[in-house]
Amino acid sequence: MYVAVKGGERAIDNAHRLLAEARRGDRSVPEIGTAQIREQLSLAVDRVMTEGSLLDRDLAALAIKQARGDLIEAIFLVRAYRTTLPRFGHSEPLDTAAMQVRRRISATYKDLPGGQVLGPTFDYTHRLLDFALEAEGDGQGEPARPATAPADPDQPMPRVTDIIGGEDLIERNPPQEAGAPVGDLTRDPLNFPAARDLRLQNLARGDEGFLLALAYSTQRGYGRTHPFVGEIRLGEVEVEMVVEELGFAVPLGDITVTECQMVNQFKGSAVDPPRFTRGYGLGFGHCERKAMSMALVDRSLRADAFEEERKGPAQDEEFVLSHSDNVQATGFVEHLKLPHYVDFQAELAFIRQMRAEQAARPETEAAE
Amino acid sequence: MTETLHPELAARRRAMGLMARATEAELDAPIAALWPDHGARDLKPAEIGLVMLRGRTGGDGAPFNLGEASITRAVVELPGGERGFGHVLGRSKRRARLAAIADALWQAPASRASVEAALLAPVAARLAADKARIASETAATRVDFFTLVRGEDAR
Repeated sequence: MYVAVKGGERAIDNAHRLLAEARRGDRSVPEIGTAQIREQLSLAVDRVMTEGSLLDRDLAALAIKQARGDLIEAIFLVRAYRTTLPRFGHSEPLDTAAMQVRRRISATYKDLPGGQVLGPTFDYTHRLLDFALEAEGDGQGEPARPATAPADPDQPMPRVTDIIGGEDLIERNPPQEAGAPVGDLTRDPLNFPAARDLRLQNLARGDEGFLLALAYSTQRGYGRTHPFVGEIRLGEVEVEMVVEELGFAVPLGDITVTECQMVNQFKGSAVDPPRFTRGYGLGFGHCERKAMSMALVDRSLRADAFEEERKGPAQDEEFVLSHSDNVQATGFVEHLKLPHYVDFQAELAFIRQMRAEQAARPETEAAE
Repeated sequence: MTETLHPELAARRRAMGLMARATEAELDAPIAALWPDHGARDLKPAEIGLVMLRGRTGGDGAPFNLGEASITRAVVELPGGERGFGHVLGRSKRRARLAAIADALWQAPASRASVEAALLAPVAARLAADKARIASETAATRVDFFTLVRGEDAR
């Protein structure tokens, strides 16, 4: 039962003023600019864009500032803003094979066309705090310019899965059925069983922590996927959109994405020779942990397709897809803060009545 | 689909790709200097919206909806009848309108060569330089593997 509660306007106004003060922090410290967030907290920006499902670095930076660095709150703000804008259309599918690669690693092949390039990575750092970064403003903290080496900007970097695919040792990705619409969970509610396009959309905007934990669970035995990182690549891809009046795909610019190709446990049958299976991850910006988790969970959700017994939560489509969205999740969890006075009054009356009835019962019955 | 485009459309598509990647200053300065009286009128005033970005399952399979991006578009018409379209990622109405004006000027035979030389060439040069710099910085992180021979048997 819901009952309207009025009152508290002044308290709310003043609480929001106090929030602004808390957001500002110590006024003797310079205020942080959204450009600084965009440029220097870029991985937080990437996460807000990926899970907010809206690629716009400036908006994500603003949301992070407004949310005081609470990334789920920032994601909420971005999702809310998105609903105010019309959609002009959809892009042509991004061509990740044509990416200008800034990082590309494979755990399956040492030597491969295009080679392995580490790019900007935390990997192989010692995870020791660098106190030099504490020094600010005097120019002493500026890092050395990146090293350079001769390079051919147009050197092709084929996807590792295409290399394995060349020998027909890995399952092929089925093409789109002619005329089949692409599912969109921002337009239609999610129903189960969900097709893979909807699963990937759900996972792409799903909470990184939730997907990371599920991915980890598959490694620990709750739904075995036996994965290899076929490839992780980071870089820029062109976005094109068909404009009806023009009749051709117009380039809109370049965006940064991270892609993970997971190569998994092989599967064959009496008629089909064994082939590796695969899971796929893709996200905005540099989001390697997210892309890897997405790929592992994508593969584990395909249990039915490979006639695998569903034993772990990560293989349970309804469980995973219904709980991956952190805006939905925080909405339902945090709504518990709202007044439930009437509900609780009803429960109080009930528990008092139960206790009264118990006290009125004879001793012998209570002892049984 | 771009492979089958008519050469004229393919050339326009390339030009629009450069206009979409140009900064506001890279569009504004040559237009203000060379065509201060372009007289473009708005057919569709600049408008901010979304484009749903699609990926492909496994990189090359069926498409799926990855997430949206902000985009701004504008359509203008020159007094000579050329219609220019501007589509840029992000939320800059001014940049979208300037891109539309540049597209219209590119279509007018009298101004195309100047648009190519004064507006597109500098953008293409900057993008090529960026691309080369990123490629060379990335190449410096290329892993050169060497194998250590271990154990008695390998001798």
